[in-house]
Amino acid sequence: MNQRANFLKGFLRENPILVLVLGTCPTLAVTTSAVSGIGMGLATTFVLICSNAAIAMIKDLIPDKVRIPCYIVVIAAFVTIVDLLMAAYTPALHATLGIFIPLIVVNCIILGRAESYAAKNAVLPSIIDGTGMGLGFTLALLVMGVVRELLGSGSFFGHKFITGDGMLMFVLAPGAFICLGFLIALVNGINRKLAGR
Amino acid sequence: MEYILIIISAVFVNNIVLTRFLGICPFLGVSNKFSSALGMSGGVIFVMTLSTTVTFLINQYVLVPLKVPFLQTIIYILVIAALVQIVEIILKKVSPALYQALGVYLPLITTNCTILGVALLVVQNNMTLAKAIVFAVANGAGFSFALLLFAGVRERMELSDIPEALKGVPISLITAGLLSMAFMGFAGVVK
Repeated sequence: MNQRANFLKGFLRENPILVLVLGTCPTLAVTTSAVSGIGMGLATTFVLICSNAAIAMIKDLIPDKVRIPCYIVVIAAFVTIVDLLMAAYTPALHATLGIFIPLIVVNCIILGRAESYAAKNAVLPSIIDGTGMGLGFTLALLVMGVVRELLGSGSFFGHKFITGDGMLMFVLAPGAFICLGFLIALVNGINRKLAGR
Repeated sequence: MEYILIIISAVFVNNIVLTRFLGICPFLGVSNKFSSALGMSGGVIFVMTLSTTVTFLINQYVLVPLKVPFLQTIIYILVIAALVQIVEIILKKVSPALYQALGVYLPLITTNCTILGVALLVVQNNMTLAKAIVFAVANGAGFSFALLLFAGVRERMELSDIPEALKGVPISLITAGLLSMAFMGFAGVVK
């Protein structure tokens, strides 16, 4: 597969959230607004690129039997770095995302890419794969964030354009599930159309 | 009384799956059949209680005295992974019947974010050991409650006629949304 296709696959065809349905927990939890969706997406992208690169470099040194714990330690180290950086430079966003930053460790996208891609490929393709997947994840979070913010509080990136409250349900838990459900259905439909042609 | 409030809050008001959004992957993954949901529930309650107790003690007596609480994430996930492995080995030896029932779900539990999430929430809220253990058991029960309810609903959904694009995950998510809406009825019962 050429590198362009490798990069682009994360956006629609193999989008981690909308097609593979990995990493649903942060998707539902942090997308109450567009800004926190992007923040979470970029933090995850950073961890994904770094861990993919690191794992691709050390893959020959790791004994096969203990590879999963090794991958998890590498990922946890990068998550700690992101956690501390965000606490220092973007304290407001860090407070909004809260417990979901350390929980990037158990985001199945990252371990999934390490196991299924970085462990078998060279460093550069792994970095490209990580970037594409990470940005695909960010894109899905952004769409969720924009939709939920628009319907839930009637604002776009924090700019309010209605008076009073929106449909509060979309900011709360049920809206997250329903919104993601319809989004996945939409992408399912699009992919089915593309495949049929 | 305080402990009863923790339990009610964790099971109904702030249900870990439906309002805190932790453990969605197993929630969607193993809820096709009631029996597998039951196995997963047992495993989660067991590992969650054990891992919360152990990580609490490690945090209290190792990380805090050494002034390295920023290593929490790394240490916790390692402890959880090791614990799951140990539980698996012990169960295999001591109770083959229970191992048969829970065996396949145990490795999945390592990457279940409820376990790490609860361990971190305990630290965030500065709980005492007794409260932490009650909190862990209650959250395990809350997870099981949501999972079993959802498995019951999904078994019926198999028989219904669903639009092509909504089949599978989308309709499950929408159903989970409706379930979550029902749980919002409990909001405000406990502060």
